[in-house]
Amino acid sequence: MSKNRNVGIIGCGMSKFSSHREEVNQPEMIFEAVEEALADAGITMDDVECIVHGNMELFEMVHQPDMWHALGTGTRGKSGVRLTTGGTTGATLACAADNLVASGLHDVVMAVGFEKLQEGHTTGGISNMADPLWGRKLQAGALTGTTALQMIDKFGEERAKACAMKHRVIMDEHAALNEKAHRCFNLERSFITEMMDASPQLVGELRMIHMCSQSDGACVVIFASEAKVEEWKKKAAWVHDHETVHREESIIFTEEKTTHRVSAERIYARNGITNPREEIDVFEMYDPSSWWGLHWLGEFLLLDGDEHLQMVENDEICINGKFPVNPSGGVVASNPIGATALVRVAEAAMQVRGTAGKHQVPKPVHKALASGFGGTMWSTLMLLSDEKLNLEEAS
Amino acid sequence: MAHDNKYAYTIEGKMALPYQYFAGATSSKFIVALRDEKKILAVQGKQSGLTYVPPRQVCDRTFEHLEDNWVEVKDTGVVTNFTVIRYEEPYQPMKPPFVIALIKLDGADTPIAHLVSCDDVGDVAIGMRVKAVFAEEAVNTILEIQHFVAE
Repeated sequence: MSKNRNVGIIGCGMSKFSSHREEVNQPEMIFEAVEEALADAGITMDDVECIVHGNMELFEMVHQPDMWHALGTGTRGKSGVRLTTGGTTGATLACAADNLVASGLHDVVMAVGFEKLQEGHTTGGISNMADPLWGRKLQAGALTGTTALQMIDKFGEERAKACAMKHRVIMDEHAALNEKAHRCFNLERSFITEMMDASPQLVGELRMIHMCSQSDGACVVIFASEAKVEEWKKKAAWVHDHETVHREESIIFTEEKTTHRVSAERIYARNGITNPREEIDVFEMYDPSSWWGLHWLGEFLLLDGDEHLQMVENDEICINGKFPVNPSGGVVASNPIGATALVRVAEAAMQVRGTAGKHQVPKPVHKALASGFGGTMWSTLMLLSDEKLNLEEAS
Repeated sequence: MAHDNKYAYTIEGKMALPYQYFAGATSSKFIVALRDEKKILAVQGKQSGLTYVPPRQVCDRTFEHLEDNWVEVKDTGVVTNFTVIRYEEPYQPMKPPFVIALIKLDGADTPIAHLVSCDDVGDVAIGMRVKAVFAEEAVNTILEIQHFVAE
């Protein structure tokens, strides 16, 4: 690995996430996040050189949304890039912004992720992902019950179901601390058994209660070069590395490594991380459902036994636990898809910068990890730190 | 090399993607005034000095909020540019040939796109003065102004 220049995140902003945002149109909702990120960074739009914009294709039925959204993103007269990589879009925006600054092309880049799911037809849009000859008429949408089935086979029905449900309850407890979160149900631990059997089934043991929301919302993250961070004397969350792994196939063979595990192996190896549970202080994971959140915890931490189940059972992933996961409430609480993976990066950066407010983890945060996920099995990781990279050593 | 397409299949498809659009409070206020009072509202930037029709919540030049600074503009204006549509296809707003023009209303700094109705499309020119004709039935879009005609 070699990086030309250090890149730091100096500002984050989010709109309120909600099922409906009728009172603002798309550029107006985006501007809420832009305004908050600029204020957080203590800079103005004049300081921003380039805007990287992204959301899901076809979801709002808008062509060239980056052009139209210029009224809210501030792209007028500046460089603009549009990216769309499905669910990972937000993570790809962050990776691109990091690359644009690290390359020396720009000093200050603003990543803008957005979605207004209520305005469109999610399944209608997603269905166009499949090849018209082989798959378009044969799809089940974005829901899959396979992970639940596999975990029940491996760990037993009672334990697996209780663990997935407890993961859901912990995320809900975290969402209660995050004023931007879309959903908080105040789920109670004493009702875990009742909830895991009573919630309507979507696919097998993947139930409504496990699944992420459909949200409207926008997220903005500002990336700056080391020179700018020092000139402006900002507290930065430094981008140490990012990794994207994907596999273009529709059938996942269980004997193969997941893209999550491969991305984690690569980013740990490059950054000298041998024990991620000890060396990473907080993890913001793209968890589309509690089953996936539970399973992927094991994958991202390269675990082989049942340690990830234990981590949920013994409250290790709670905000005040040893390895906090999603103090924001995660994706099951808020999911404006094109923004969702960027929210993970923003939340990780806020933890490093100490600006997460009521959901700031109650311990020093030196290293934070953020993940993105999308079809087909895209997995993206970004590693942030409170210390700059030693560029000579890293190269 | 000749291509043999005897067994090259074509899949016929059709997408139906329903959507709705949240106009937001600022744009909605404009439509309501247009529909109920036949008034054309604009927002004005204090820093930029610009008057925007259609209205917008934020000035993309100065980033000042505009949504509380409303003024009324005239229902007359000038054609700043136009095009003539001569082909026919479904879902057009008028029968071709017809004119879509950019019209800068008196009192505004930004033009809106709208229809100009005329007997002969050859009569439309940049600089032409036009006046709004309001729709008789509510449609809740910019087509509350049905079209413009020569003043």
